[in-house]
Amino acid sequence: MDWLGPEEWQAVALSLKVALWATLAGLPLGLFTAYALARWEFPGKQLVNGLVHLPLILPPVVTGYLLLMTFGTRAPVGAFLQDIGITFAFRWTGAALAAGVMAFPLMVRAMRLSIEAVDIKLEQAAATLGASRLWVFLTVTLPLILPGIIAGGILAFAKAMGEFGATITFVSNIPGQTQTLPSAIYAFLQVPGGESAAMKLVLISVAVAMTALLLSEIFARRLTKRMEGR
Amino acid sequence: MLSVDLHHPMQGFDLDVTFDAPPGLTVLFGRSGSGKTTVINAVAGLLRAKQAQIIVNGQTLSDTETGLWLPPHKRRLGYVFQEGRLFPHLTVKQNLRFGQWFAPKDAPREDMARVVEMLGIGPLLHRRPASLSGGEKQRAAIGRALLASPRLILADEPLAALDEARKAEILPYFERLRDETDIPILYVSHSPAEVARLATTLIALDGGRVARQGPAVQVLGDPMFTPDGVRSVGAVIEAQVARHHDDGLSELSAGDDRLFLPNVGLASGTPLRVRIAAQDVMLSLEKPSGISALNVLAGRIDQVRSGEGPGAIVSLDTSAGRVLARVTRRSVDAMGLQPGLTVYAVVKTVSIAPQDVGG
Repeated sequence: MDWLGPEEWQAVALSLKVALWATLAGLPLGLFTAYALARWEFPGKQLVNGLVHLPLILPPVVTGYLLLMTFGTRAPVGAFLQDIGITFAFRWTGAALAAGVMAFPLMVRAMRLSIEAVDIKLEQAAATLGASRLWVFLTVTLPLILPGIIAGGILAFAKAMGEFGATITFVSNIPGQTQTLPSAIYAFLQVPGGESAAMKLVLISVAVAMTALLLSEIFARRLTKRMEGR
Repeated sequence: MLSVDLHHPMQGFDLDVTFDAPPGLTVLFGRSGSGKTTVINAVAGLLRAKQAQIIVNGQTLSDTETGLWLPPHKRRLGYVFQEGRLFPHLTVKQNLRFGQWFAPKDAPREDMARVVEMLGIGPLLHRRPASLSGGEKQRAAIGRALLASPRLILADEPLAALDEARKAEILPYFERLRDETDIPILYVSHSPAEVARLATTLIALDGGRVARQGPAVQVLGDPMFTPDGVRSVGAVIEAQVARHHDDGLSELSAGDDRLFLPNVGLASGTPLRVRIAAQDVMLSLEKPSGISALNVLAGRIDQVRSGEGPGAIVSLDTSAGRVLARVTRRSVDAMGLQPGLTVYAVVKTVSIAPQDVGG
């Protein structure tokens, strides 16, 4: 494919990798957080809720800067992680972290709504039939919230694909290293004659986003249909 | 055998209930807000009572004295809820199997094929709950509870959400459950018709306390027992189908008496219960003749109980069993009704409603 240059391909591939990891790593944590916020009462619940939603309301640049201050090589957490072999600053892993943090509130929100929609009476029924709490979760709650998990995951993936502000602040814009799709579009627009390359990347962005949306619709519809009829 | 001793503060009153439920079907009866559901949920472990001792077949489920409290999933009960509560993401068959997945390996196992046949849910096995009617859902829910190898089956107003036709569809299955399995059943209801038809034992709750308890036929025939206001008082008579007549009537025998009612659709010899509401019974001092009512029972007055209003409840012993009649106090005085007197109870055939007739 010579429609796209190697640099553009790199950006697309990197973005997919970053978004995939941001989503996959975020899913279990997101599910746990959503479940805790939906079902449990604990001290500091509102604080946790606020922290989760913070990236949604803060300027992305601020989030990126806070990440840099926490996970940068000279920051305490970053330095410790580097000692045990994990580096975030100016690596693709850092881009994934930034994208994951930015996408987290969207993911948690979708999951939390679906958990709150589950009728607790069904879980009680499962318990009277002999299912322990873990089994109730696995056999009743989880299947019922699957559409919400998929919706949350796809929303997070799309958000992670498009993350720009926090990413560029935290891990900069190094081609082949941390240059994701939006960063590449931004970079092409900064140089004369880069518009056509930028335009191609824009088209790819739109295509990826639409595909994700479509897939989530199809999944959600299929699952709902299954529960509503035969 | 279930033994319950419960104390639990509730809104407006304290629940304070002690009863034993022998084998068979025990109905917890009372108007809404009398604490029935709290009792059944405490037995199921869905509610943690302040003070409780609950024992099923020698196994203690809950005892606040010793601090023992089994969580619901370790109690091995089958709970049939008012709304069915089938799992929407599973087929009927998977719903039926749900309890079996968690039942201990050595537990006595009901045979799936037998239960499916008994409840008539064979054609539904591969469907999902959303496509079932209310009655079908409830039948599947009964099967699911039964197949979980329960020590005890709990049912919380399982018919309340159904219309009359669906109720009539489900009632026989509870009768079969009562008659064809050894599993004791605790059944919550506020419907006198259901009580009359299903109950072996009756526990009547009022304001969080046990108002009456005992064998159902005995409690229902007690004129002092006015379950949901005087209007619904009625006695239950145990009868047997004698034969069917060409004119569409079935003849039942009860004691030395005969009762006629529209074709019950049951074979001769089938035992059944008939409920006779007190307000549908007229009394006469002489054997009435030249009247259209077919069912006339002679009996001795056992008690006359006057309420606060103009009405009175007269209970008489007939060869068929206890019959209650609701008359006015004026009639009691005019006729000189008193214990020991022999009178005739006139029961209108049509007054024996089909849903009150059980097999």
